[in-house]
Amino acid sequence: MTRITRRHFLQASAAAGAALGAPMLARESMAQELSFQPEPGAKLRVLRWKRFVQGDEDQWLANTKKFIEKTGVEVTVDAENWEDVRPKAAVAANIGNGPDIILSTNDDSHQYPGRLLDVGDLCEYLGKKYGPWYPSALAYGKSGGRWIAVPLGSGGNCMNYRASHVKAAGFKEFPKDTDSFLKLCQNLKKNGTPAGFALGNATGDANGWCHWLLWAFGGRVVDEQNKVAINSKETARALEYAKALYPTFIPGTLSWLDPNNNKAFLSGEISLTANGISIYVAAKNSPDAKMQAIAKDMNHAAFPVGPVGRQTLSALFFTCVIFKYTKYPNAAKEYLRFMMEKEQYEAWQKASASFVVQPLAFYERNPVWTEDAKNTPFKYTCKNMLPNGYAGTMGAASAGCMADFVVVNMVAEAASGNMSVKEAIERAEKRARRYYR
Amino acid sequence: MSAASRFFDNRNVLGPLFMLPAAALLLFFLTYPLGLGVWLGFTDAKIGRVGEWIGIENYEFLVTDSVFRLSVFNTFLYTLVASVFKFVLGLWLALLLNKHIPFKSFVRAVVLLPFIVPTVLSAIAFWWIYDAQFSIVSWVLVKMGVMDHYINFLGEPNLARMSTIIANVWRGVPFVAICLLAGLQTIPPSMYEAASIDGATAFQQFRYITLPMLSPIIAVVMTFSVLFTFTDFQLIWVLTRGGPINATHLMATLSFQRAIPGGALGEGAAIATAMIPFLLAAILFSYFGLQRRRWQQGGSDR
Repeated sequence: MTRITRRHFLQASAAAGAALGAPMLARESMAQELSFQPEPGAKLRVLRWKRFVQGDEDQWLANTKKFIEKTGVEVTVDAENWEDVRPKAAVAANIGNGPDIILSTNDDSHQYPGRLLDVGDLCEYLGKKYGPWYPSALAYGKSGGRWIAVPLGSGGNCMNYRASHVKAAGFKEFPKDTDSFLKLCQNLKKNGTPAGFALGNATGDANGWCHWLLWAFGGRVVDEQNKVAINSKETARALEYAKALYPTFIPGTLSWLDPNNNKAFLSGEISLTANGISIYVAAKNSPDAKMQAIAKDMNHAAFPVGPVGRQTLSALFFTCVIFKYTKYPNAAKEYLRFMMEKEQYEAWQKASASFVVQPLAFYERNPVWTEDAKNTPFKYTCKNMLPNGYAGTMGAASAGCMADFVVVNMVAEAASGNMSVKEAIERAEKRARRYYR
Repeated sequence: MSAASRFFDNRNVLGPLFMLPAAALLLFFLTYPLGLGVWLGFTDAKIGRVGEWIGIENYEFLVTDSVFRLSVFNTFLYTLVASVFKFVLGLWLALLLNKHIPFKSFVRAVVLLPFIVPTVLSAIAFWWIYDAQFSIVSWVLVKMGVMDHYINFLGEPNLARMSTIIANVWRGVPFVAICLLAGLQTIPPSMYEAASIDGATAFQQFRYITLPMLSPIIAVVMTFSVLFTFTDFQLIWVLTRGGPINATHLMATLSFQRAIPGGALGEGAAIATAMIPFLLAAILFSYFGLQRRRWQQGGSDR
């Protein structure tokens, strides 16, 4: 392999550590430093998703500028709506031309693993230095035992609630299990301050909470062998629960797309929903006094735990992929290494107001998690989340199933009474079988 | 005359020569992509993977797929209802605009507005109008005391179908109206004069002069209108993404959802290809049916 010869390993000796004179964490100084020598005249094109919070994009660009100054590699960063990155990445993979690096979402990279550069050396290095990688990061980053993507982190996903309304509904603190969660929603409804969870074809929000619901009761689309296993007692229980939960929602959730719950929460129409940090950030940074009051009153909490007895949340996941067609593989790897190192990553995480949750345990120490107590519940999203396609492996089938809203439609059909629980499950089973054949 | 100039003067040479650029453009930008799309529909192409020929397997699959069948039903319902309304309202509007009204040209320009506004923009406007929490329509009705709750415009399957159809009709009426207006103005006034001398009522004039004289235009306009409606994508994508529970998924939106976010290029192409026969049928109907001379002259097939 020519790549090995072009690569530069720098062994950080104890002497070098001493020369720096900085007191380092023991594990850090022991870790092997790694860097890749960018090809002469290297130019990189990076395609990323458009920010959800402004600071994210600003800091990413600032870090990129630092990289350009340090290495002389020319880097251009384009940003597109996150759902538009997907088709573009797909086209790039298909025709073998396009951006060198793409920041992609969910299991996109598992649809074309063969087109992606092996980033094993980089990920092993990061895992040693800042790790361990959380299980979800391993699931999203590796395909068939090979590292195809550098996990960047997950989106945060938590319950967003109005503390005063939850209190008025009789709960001193946010419920930790599904039974009391149902009770809370019922009380909120009675008080005229209802909850609202998206049940339309909302790629992020609806998939997020519907998968949590299914998994919390032990249901799953497929088993470990990728065999469709959705037709189960557990799924039925999850849907019965959804049927009890749905009437407590504000009317109209069947039509909700991704922006709806943000709008409804920020206008005070709903008091409880599932979302990332974006609602809070929007409220906090608003000059409007009403929004400020909402920011003050709202808080976040982990998803309640269902009968399975452990966290089963689902969240957006972000990975960085390098395409094999790139002319500058070393420059691309060096860029990603640079962005994942703590000097850049921590600053970026902070600037993005913790929108992105780290995939590496080391970054749990980032002060962003503690300086505002309302950020803290997001800290473990990536650690606790289950990957898409659980309990099977990721690939075209898991991505197709999710994109076709099989689980969301099933929950919506059963919850709204559009179909019986049994019919909804049977339909979902048939649809899932079409992907997992 | 040199041989070359004689060669170019030859009708059989010059004609095809002039047609060549157009033919090349059509072949390159229309026939080739269309052919490729049809071919993709017979493969199991996935994103990042070139497909292999699998014959009609995609289609066999789609026939058993309840979501696809629902989308076919939705597409037909959407096209049929929207086209009928667009025709009736468009014709009505054209007849009104054809009368002598004050500020004629201004009114005609205003009528065209919905058609000029980019679809995505008007779709977003409708998205707010139909919003479950912030709908202006619901707000007004509740404030006026007509009802006590907000209308679930996009959250109830049949209501969602109706709402999307209304948005489509709003957008499509100006096109029909302006085209029919142009047609109306080509009808010689002398025919109406003759008819009124013969004592024909207004309805008879409409039935035996206006409608037959207008039918060639109607055929063309409605063919276009049906084609646009059948292949609509943006409106649905912005308003509902095919929800609630796939009640408003059209073949075009389902094709995109399966092909791009879902990664199944072959299947998506198959859904798109499945639209072609219906579109062809619509075109053939208008060309061979509505343009018959008999019909145009007010007669009927016997």
